[in-house]
Amino acid sequence: MKFAIIEFPGSNCDHDAYHAVRHVLGQQADFIWHKDTDLRGADTVVLPGGFSYGDYLRTGAIASFSPVMDKVREFAAAGGPVIGICNGFQILLEAGLLDGALLRNRRLKFLCQDVHVRVEATDTPFTASAELGQVLKLPIAHREGNYHVVPERLADLEANRQVIFRYCDSAGLTSDSVNPNGSVGSIAGICNLRRNVVGLMPHPERACESLLGSDDGRVVFESAVAALVA
Amino acid sequence: MFVTLKPSVFDPQGQTILDALSSLGYESVRDVRQGKFFELDVVADSAQEAMTISTEIADKLLANTVIEGYRVEVDAKREEGD
Repeated sequence: MKFAIIEFPGSNCDHDAYHAVRHVLGQQADFIWHKDTDLRGADTVVLPGGFSYGDYLRTGAIASFSPVMDKVREFAAAGGPVIGICNGFQILLEAGLLDGALLRNRRLKFLCQDVHVRVEATDTPFTASAELGQVLKLPIAHREGNYHVVPERLADLEANRQVIFRYCDSAGLTSDSVNPNGSVGSIAGICNLRRNVVGLMPHPERACESLLGSDDGRVVFESAVAALVA
Repeated sequence: MFVTLKPSVFDPQGQTILDALSSLGYESVRDVRQGKFFELDVVADSAQEAMTISTEIADKLLANTVIEGYRVEVDAKREEGD
């Protein structure tokens, strides 16, 4: 399994992603610079977290126009699995590969804390090895994580089961008090209609080793590996 | 170009400013919405052309039309040699 980890100027969770897939899971991984237009035969594409272009204009806005994104679009259009983590999720939204937008956290503060999310669907390449309803403890580190979509589109997303992760408590129950950023429907991550592109705000790549506080994030990458073999 | 959040989108920054104004005693201010202002220096053959280019730029980059609306004002100026 070969992962392509896209690096934009300002990406800073690229090495965490690399460590997770290469050293923890023992898979092949390449860094792909945002100006490259060759994904080098990758099986899975990762858009990592960080502050691409310093979040200038809007987070992920400028990165969505990078040359590599044409290749990522092609890859996704052909059904290839793509995961966008945090800033990567923002980039996928700005690029139109996922629906909706991310607003400033409702209490305006940058949040750096652990959260729990519930797996809402297991028929994506990044949740296939998880259990429906499984609760994952993952860290978040964001200021613009407040997922927003108009009510009609939200109804579509829910009806199509495109909500993949939802903020919850350790027992898997959702409530406004455990929604860290005010995102609509307590949504932490979604997928596209075709279910091959997933975006989420929490960082599974930072939760692959219990030494670092949680290894609940492993299942996201293990799913990708298993999905290819299947 | 003025870019603002759509009315349906909650604006926590605007809300915070409103609260601050209230603390300062400006009870007559009912609401505050925070947006962005861009000044584009565009070379074009007409104000209409400048408007077209600016609108394209707004839709493509400067505004996220999922959550933002925009308004363009063109201030046309003739330059030397026109």
